[in-house]
Amino acid sequence: MTQYIIRRLALAALILWFISVAVFLLLRVGPGDPALLQQGINATPETVAAVHKELHLDDPYYVQYLRWMKGFVTLDLGRSVLTQTDVSGEFKGRLPVTVELMMFTLFWTVILGVPFGVVSAVTRNRPPDYFVRVFAVFGLSVPAFWVATLVLMIPAQQWGYAPPLNKTTSLFTEPWLNLKQFGPPSFVLALSSMAGIMRLVRSELLEVLRADYVRTARAKGLTQRLVVMRHALRNSLIPVVTVLGLLTSGLLGGSVIIESIFNLRGLGQYIFSSILQKDYAVVQSLVMFTATVAVLMNLAVDLLYGFLDPRIRYS
Amino acid sequence: MAESTSLPVTAPQFELRRRPNRALAVLLVFRANPLGAVGAIIIISLVAIAAFAPLIAPHGINEYAGIPGQGPSAKFWFGTDKFGNDIFSRVISGSRISVQVGFFSVALGVGLGLIFGAASAYLGGWTDTIMQRIVDAAIAFPQLILLLIIVRTLGPSMRNVVLVIAIAIIPSVTRIIRGAALVQKSNLYVEAVRSLGASDARIVFRHIIPNVMPVAIVLGTTLLGSAILAEAALSFLGLGIPAPNPSWGADISTSRTSFPLNVSAALFPGIAISLTVLGFNFLGDTLRDVLDPRLRGSR
Repeated sequence: MTQYIIRRLALAALILWFISVAVFLLLRVGPGDPALLQQGINATPETVAAVHKELHLDDPYYVQYLRWMKGFVTLDLGRSVLTQTDVSGEFKGRLPVTVELMMFTLFWTVILGVPFGVVSAVTRNRPPDYFVRVFAVFGLSVPAFWVATLVLMIPAQQWGYAPPLNKTTSLFTEPWLNLKQFGPPSFVLALSSMAGIMRLVRSELLEVLRADYVRTARAKGLTQRLVVMRHALRNSLIPVVTVLGLLTSGLLGGSVIIESIFNLRGLGQYIFSSILQKDYAVVQSLVMFTATVAVLMNLAVDLLYGFLDPRIRYS
Repeated sequence: MAESTSLPVTAPQFELRRRPNRALAVLLVFRANPLGAVGAIIIISLVAIAAFAPLIAPHGINEYAGIPGQGPSAKFWFGTDKFGNDIFSRVISGSRISVQVGFFSVALGVGLGLIFGAASAYLGGWTDTIMQRIVDAAIAFPQLILLLIIVRTLGPSMRNVVLVIAIAIIPSVTRIIRGAALVQKSNLYVEAVRSLGASDARIVFRHIIPNVMPVAIVLGTTLLGSAILAEAALSFLGLGIPAPNPSWGADISTSRTSFPLNVSAALFPGIAISLTVLGFNFLGDTLRDVLDPRLRGSR
């Protein structure tokens, strides 16, 4: 077990190294100079060179890479080329917004995805099942940015209503305002993951309901409710846990769009505006952060898998 | 009974060897899966609309057709956008972008993923390990962010959008095809052709790839929907198909900045995207049930 964890951690480190090199190079091969963007139309060759020197952008790539890596592991995320602000400070302010958005999204995904998946499986090929399945396919097909646009546009046009924009509210000091701010975006972001979970729970539960031990449970006279809830559901949820872990990276990507539309000052919006401005320092650090979270989540999920299902042996 | 013994013995064998009636088979599949038929109809209509867009659209895509910001009416079925363009015409013409980006990016991405996956499985050893670790890295990376960075680097254009969506598709296709190809590799027929002296390239291209094609077709159908969604998302964020091309995603984005707000400018391009993706998902689900039952429940 220990050996397995060590091997997986080594693998995770290797994957993150691949990603760091890829991002570092990707940001530098294309046209567009952040120093030029920062200086705007007043840029002269001298001022651009000065900015390059100040930000060490004139060093060879490997020196820049090593400096960035050294900063990253010591939690110093560098400085924005464009605004001259410290990335770490900005990061600390924005992380809670994205974490709250993710939490709400996972909440909707689980609280709606699992029960409807169960309903779908136990009413197989009857109207409730059809309803859930059609909803699930819609959830996977409808673009989140479109739903988000309509969610903002229709109330604005009909009743002149807009959720609190332009400021970050706290769940603890102004809970109602905060829910109005985070409820709609998290629900929109959850639509596709919810649909995926419904389909997964349905197919897994149907699989488990065919197992011998379920037949035994039925044969000894247990009610349908007990058979499904206590015996079948538990085993069918194991793959669901895995998928929830794997969702993280997709949701972090989705948060880029949703945060931008709802003007939530989170990491997604920060990444997007930094990509547009080719702000190396910000993009590379934030991308490494999201990749690290995603890789560690995958590892955690694999370990949890063995804990939930002791039949699985690591080798 | 006497007559039956007098029949030629070869008759039933001939009967068995007759080629199955393809049209009948398709009909039976769609009868058992009506949603698949709906999907097929949606996709066929989409392709037809894209092919004949200039004949169907009553107005030009950037033509001032009427007062800006109108709702749906008999004259403008979907209303007009903030520039006074006819939204119906733009939605019709937008199908061309979606169809092109979808088909080209999926053809490229699935084609390369097919080769990488089959090669990775067949060659095994270090090649396999290195390829799969790169795939791990690519899958761990939030895809949309990857797309945004690459498009920002290359610059937004039709060709680059196709390219980045293909790049985003390759890793997951490689992973799934590798799994399917590993199963094929362990089959006796691979050993048989190798003992006949077939080269590695011949085994991969002539034997393994044709046998994993069903998996690739199912994957490709579902990915077409995802690719069209990705194009719309990129265009929505301003990093997709550059204006003034009528991209559905970009048109939704434009609708957000109209004043007074005009819901129909956002509504109809979105319905077009949703229907298209829905069609591919319906068809993909049906193909999966028919061609590759093992993939059931994934995604």
